Amino acid sequence: MHLPQELPKLATGIIGFDQIANGGIPKGRSTLLSGTAGSGKTVMALQFLLAGVRDFGENGVFVTFEESPGDLMQNVRSFGWDLEGLLAEKKIAVVDATPEPGEETIAAGPYDLSALLARIENGIRSVGAKRVILDAIGALFPQFTDANVVRRELHRIAAGLRTLGVTTLVTMERTDEEGGVGRWGVEEFVADNVILLRNRLEQEKRRRTVEILKFRGATHHKGEYPFSIDTEDGVTIIPLSAIELKQKSSVIRVSSGVAELDKMCGGGMYRDSIILVSGATGTGKTLMVAQYVKAAIEAGERALLFGAEESREQLTRNAASWGVDFEQAERDGLLRIVCRYPEVMGLEDHLLQMKRDIIAFAPKRVAVDSMSAFERVSTPKSFREFVIALTSTIKHLEITGLFTNTTSMITGGESITETHISTITDTIILLRYVELHGEMRRGLTVLKMRGTFHDKGIREYFIDDSGLHVRAPFRGVHGILTGTPTYTFDEERTRLGEMFRSSGPPERDGSPPDGRA
Amino acid sequence: MTKFKLRLYITGRTTHSQRAIDNLRAICDAELQGLYDVDVIDVLEHPALAENEKILATPTLVKRLPEPVRKIIGDLSDREKVLLGLDLELLEKGKRA
Repeated sequence: MHLPQELPKLATGIIGFDQIANGGIPKGRSTLLSGTAGSGKTVMALQFLLAGVRDFGENGVFVTFEESPGDLMQNVRSFGWDLEGLLAEKKIAVVDATPEPGEETIAAGPYDLSALLARIENGIRSVGAKRVILDAIGALFPQFTDANVVRRELHRIAAGLRTLGVTTLVTMERTDEEGGVGRWGVEEFVADNVILLRNRLEQEKRRRTVEILKFRGATHHKGEYPFSIDTEDGVTIIPLSAIELKQKSSVIRVSSGVAELDKMCGGGMYRDSIILVSGATGTGKTLMVAQYVKAAIEAGERALLFGAEESREQLTRNAASWGVDFEQAERDGLLRIVCRYPEVMGLEDHLLQMKRDIIAFAPKRVAVDSMSAFERVSTPKSFREFVIALTSTIKHLEITGLFTNTTSMITGGESITETHISTITDTIILLRYVELHGEMRRGLTVLKMRGTFHDKGIREYFIDDSGLHVRAPFRGVHGILTGTPTYTFDEERTRLGEMFRSSGPPERDGSPPDGRA
Repeated sequence: MTKFKLRLYITGRTTHSQRAIDNLRAICDAELQGLYDVDVIDVLEHPALAENEKILATPTLVKRLPEPVRKIIGDLSDREKVLLGLDLELLEKGKRA
């Protein structure tokens, strides 16, 4: 799509931001970055400056109105950002516009802020800067008695910076997550481009989002996008709706680890597909994971297993009981088990960590056991975003992903995970308890499989010490998936006849196996 | 009486700048009887000095000595405020009394 007369953009270099901003912030203009205290304004602004130097060879100037340059540089050192070094190399310049503690200023007649503009211009000239940040301009107002003068002068500074052709990011604190963009009426002088950062408390979890409110004369994605701040990459924005569906589709099949299931699926799972295994507790989901991992190991491919409910020891022990040696596989470098309880951090951070783990280990298969565990620490919206982003990562790498989902009902029923992620996954396998003739049996069905014919029957399966075995379909039973099966046996007449026969009933072909060994 | 060390920051030859210089001269002549040093610094020519002294507004008059260091901003047309900033107000009152 060609967009006529769009203003040129400047790539910020902040991960994910340029995607939601359709390339970056308007070049040569000022953009206001507004958010409540602790929403990540300064970190994002400094990252803009740092990425400029590091990724684009563009030097920068940072003007600070609230925190002293020393404090600022110290604060971001935990990100591994060496601003002092860049300062020494003359890649960045600092203009300290913070109030001098304890110093009183007396106003004795009309004044302007030409000195500040001159200092900023000097900073720009001294390093040949292309990027400027004005951090916490709100702090300028209390230093002067006349807010109108400050507003007028900021307007002039913005105009001056525009003349110099630099791209400016202005941070400003706002008091509420909603409502006005900033205090002091600053939106008047940098109203063209506004970005809002939010840090909301949702279900006792902090959720950071970024929203591009407007870019004058330029396009951008709308709405809020979650982001995370951590010590490795600083700000990382998760550009959900901007995720492109451009992954290739493979026709190569891989084994699920259960031979009969592969047969049901027309010869195995597609290599770059996402499989969801959904079932109640004890139906064998973790076993499916173990067999899936085993299939990778046997093929000499690496598998990465994310455990969200059980510890590494539990997973290893369980796998061993089914004859899969996780420990040996880990020693051979074919398996990595990463166990993190969902509660330890927000979903955005989980996503970031998991992405890094995937990229670092470069597995051919990824398993998440269980996906639904992440659901309990988040809102439906952020959970959905999490699943979409993780799915997209896996698909991009053209590897196989298997997620498990624990349903709350023992028989039948659906969960939020199913409704949320069923459209995203390529294959859905349901594991269900089936109450039949006074016994609990287990049934498996391939609910959906994209791009191939598959067995649509509900098959009975067994679990023994060599794993999971799929057997014959349940015949004459309806409503297994809803949890209230009804029976319409073809051979009902025969059964009734047998019931009233005086001698004990002999086993007949075609009757469901009773499961007794 | 201690000697005053004053520095006046201006930005170019603007009306504000000129007025500040004139007003300062008048005050110094009337009140400080030659016991003062004044530098006039154009921020456009010496931005590093403005950086060191964290000057934001111009004109700014900095009273460097005697302590405490104090900044008086504006074109110095408000004579009362300037005297207050230079701690000359008390002196003046003392004189009148």
